[in-house]
Amino acid sequence: MDQAMIGPPIPYEEEVVRKLVIACVFWGVVAFAAGLFIALQLAFPVLNLGLEWTTFGRLRPVHTSAAIFAFGGNALLATSFHVVQRTCRTPLFGGRALADFVFWGYQLFIVLAASGYVMGITEGREYAEPEWYVDLWLTIVWVAYLVAFLGTIMKRREPHIYVANWFYLAFIVTIAVLHIGNNLSVPVSLFGAKSYSLFSGVQDAMLQWWYGHNAVGFFLTAGFLGIMYYFIPKRAERPVYSYRLSIIHFWSLIFLYIWAGPHHLHYTALPDWTQTLGMTFSIMLWMPSWGGMINGIMTLRGAWDRLRTDPVLRFMVTSVAFYGMSTFEGPVMSIKAVNSLSHYTDWTIGHVHSGALGWVAFVVFGAVYHLVPVLWKRSGLYSLKLVDAHYWIATIGIVFYITSMWISGIMQGLMWRAYDDLGFLQYAFIETVEAMHPYYVIRALGGLLFLIGALLMVYNIWRTVRGGAMAEQRYPMPKPALGVAE
Amino acid sequence: MLHSKMERNSILLVIGILVTIAIGGLVEIVPLFTIGETIEKVSGVRPYSPLELAGRNIYIREGCYLCHSQQIRPFRDEVERYGHYSLAAESMYDHPFQWGSKRTGPDLARVGGRYSNDWHRQHLLDPRAVVPGSIMPSYSFLARPLQVDNIDQHLKTLRIVGVPYTDDMIANAKADLAAQATPDADTKGLLARYPKAVVGDFDGNPAQVSELDALIAYLQVLGTMVDFTTYKPQYAANPESQP
Repeated sequence: MDQAMIGPPIPYEEEVVRKLVIACVFWGVVAFAAGLFIALQLAFPVLNLGLEWTTFGRLRPVHTSAAIFAFGGNALLATSFHVVQRTCRTPLFGGRALADFVFWGYQLFIVLAASGYVMGITEGREYAEPEWYVDLWLTIVWVAYLVAFLGTIMKRREPHIYVANWFYLAFIVTIAVLHIGNNLSVPVSLFGAKSYSLFSGVQDAMLQWWYGHNAVGFFLTAGFLGIMYYFIPKRAERPVYSYRLSIIHFWSLIFLYIWAGPHHLHYTALPDWTQTLGMTFSIMLWMPSWGGMINGIMTLRGAWDRLRTDPVLRFMVTSVAFYGMSTFEGPVMSIKAVNSLSHYTDWTIGHVHSGALGWVAFVVFGAVYHLVPVLWKRSGLYSLKLVDAHYWIATIGIVFYITSMWISGIMQGLMWRAYDDLGFLQYAFIETVEAMHPYYVIRALGGLLFLIGALLMVYNIWRTVRGGAMAEQRYPMPKPALGVAE
Repeated sequence: MLHSKMERNSILLVIGILVTIAIGGLVEIVPLFTIGETIEKVSGVRPYSPLELAGRNIYIREGCYLCHSQQIRPFRDEVERYGHYSLAAESMYDHPFQWGSKRTGPDLARVGGRYSNDWHRQHLLDPRAVVPGSIMPSYSFLARPLQVDNIDQHLKTLRIVGVPYTDDMIANAKADLAAQATPDADTKGLLARYPKAVVGDFDGNPAQVSELDALIAYLQVLGTMVDFTTYKPQYAANPESQP
C-alpha cells in the first residue's frame, strides 16, 4: 500500500510475511508462558511435577530457544522479508517456493529443537543446545534464507541498499559463521542424537561465549536494529536522524561486538589476557550502542507528540530506551570488579530480560502492530486502546522483573562473600537460596503481566485480521515516510 | 568514497561484514590453541571412566549446568566455600565444557568426595528430604537402569576429538562400566586404567547399574583428579617440570 505512486503495483511476496507474523506471535506466547512456568518452578519447586520432561533443567532451554529463536527469529524473518522487498522495490528473490521453504524449514527447526530438549537431547551449550542433526538442518534453512534475502538485494530497483538491510545482512551472515563455528561436533553414531563437541575445556568455553555473546550481538541486536531503522522512521513519518551516524553505528557495532564474549568468563580458567580484551571491548561497545539509541530516538524530533497518541510508536521508542539502558548496564557488568559480584547471580538474568523484554519484545510488538493492518489490508488496528493497555501492563511487568532480579542478584552476590566477626563465611549456600524466594515470586508476577499483555495483543490482532467495524481509531494509518529509501 | 560503493554493491557489503567480524574472533580464539601456557601442566587429570562418562552425559541431558557452575573463581570466599580455584587442565577432557553461568545451586567443580554416595542418592531422589530449603527438582526417575549399549563407541568418538582413550580402555569399556558400579567386582584393571576412580554400589541397589549409579560416580570424581597437597602453579618459567 505504500509503494511508488506511479507504475503498476509491485507483486510483493506478502503471504510468507503474514505467516511469519502469526508464527512470531504464537511462539511469543509459548516463550512467555514457558518462562512464567519455570519462574514459578524456582519459587515453588513442586511445580517440577516429578516428571523427567517437566524439570527446570529440561524446560529452561525450551523457554530460551522459544524466546530467542522462535519468537525473535520469526520476527526477524518476517520483518526482514517485508523490509527488503519494500526498500528494494522488488518481490522476494526465489518467489513463493523459496519463501515457503524458509518458513516451514524454520518452524521444523524449532519443533525439532524443542521436542529434543524435553526428551533430554541437548549439546549442553547455552543457547546452542540443539544436537548435530538439528544444527545441520538449520544450516540448510539459513543458507536458503541468505539466498532469498541477498538475492532480493541484488535485484533491487534502488541504487542504495537501505541501512536496515545492512543490519539484517550482518545478522544473517554472522549468525551463519557463529552457528557453524560453535557447533562443530562429532556424532557418536549416524543413527543416534548424541555428539561430542570438537573442542574441550577452555577453548570450548571461549568458542561457546564467542557464539553466546554474539547471539545477543547479532541475533538480538543487529537484526532488531534493522527493525528499528525501518519501522521507527516509517511509523514516525520522519527520516532517520543522522545518516552518518548510521554508518558509524553499523561498522563500529559489528566490529566491537564480536570481541565481547570473554566477559562471560571473568576470573575463570580462561587466560587473563583474553578476559581483559573482552572487558575492554565490552566497555567500548557502549559508544556505538548509544550512538544507535540516539539515532533511533532522535528520529522522532518534531514528532514527540505522537508518543501521546500512538501507542504503537510508543512501544518502538520505549524499546530503544530499554536498549540504551541495557547496553549501559552490560558494559558496567563486564568490568571485572563488578562482574565478580554479578556473575553467577540473578543480576545477569535481570540484565538479559531488560534487553529481551524491554528491547527485543517491545520493538517486535511495535513492528507487529504496525505490520498487521498493512499485511491484511485493513485501515487500522482493531483497538488502539488495547495496544495502550498492552503497553502499560507489559511495562509494569518488566519493572517488576528487572527490579526483583537486581535486588536478588546483588543480595545473593553479597551474601556469598559475607564474613562474620570471627572470620567465617556468614551464610551457608542454602540460606542464600531461601532469601531469593520473595523475589522469585515477584519476578513470576512480572512474567505473568508480560504474558497477559501478549494475550491482549493476540486478541487485538485476531480482531484486526477478522475485520469489521473499528472499535475506535485515534490514529490513522501512516502515510509513506519522507526521505526514507522506500 | 568507499562507503557509497559498499552500499551500492551487496557482495562488497558482505565481504566487508565478514572481514569486520572475523578480526575479534581470530585474535581471541586462535592463540588459545597455540599458546602452551593456556592449559597448565598438571598431573592426575585423566579421561573419565565409562561409568563417569555415562553419568556426565546424564548431567548434560538433565541440564544441570543451567543451575550449577563447575568453575571456582580465585576469591577468598569461593576458595573457602568450594575449594581450590579451577584450573584449565581440569576440564581439558570435557567435551563440551560445563563451567556454567549461573549458581541457582552451589558450584560443583569440587563436589567429589564431599558427600557420601548415600547422601547423593537421597538428595537426587528427594532434595528437600536432605536440604529442606532446596528448590532443586526431584530426580527420582534416575533410579531406572542405565541404558548405554555403545559406551565403547562413545570412547572412540571422544578419541577422535582428542581425549587420549587407549585401545585397552575402549576394549574394556563395557566391562569397566559394569565393574565400577558392582560391589566385589574385580576392579584391578579398571583402577589401573582410571586411577582414583570411586568404585562400589552408588545407588543402594547392587542388583542393577542405574542412571543414579552413573551420575553419582561422575559427581564423586569432580575436582578430585589433581592432588592439591602437592600441586604448585607452574608458569612459563618452568613449564616442563611436570609430565
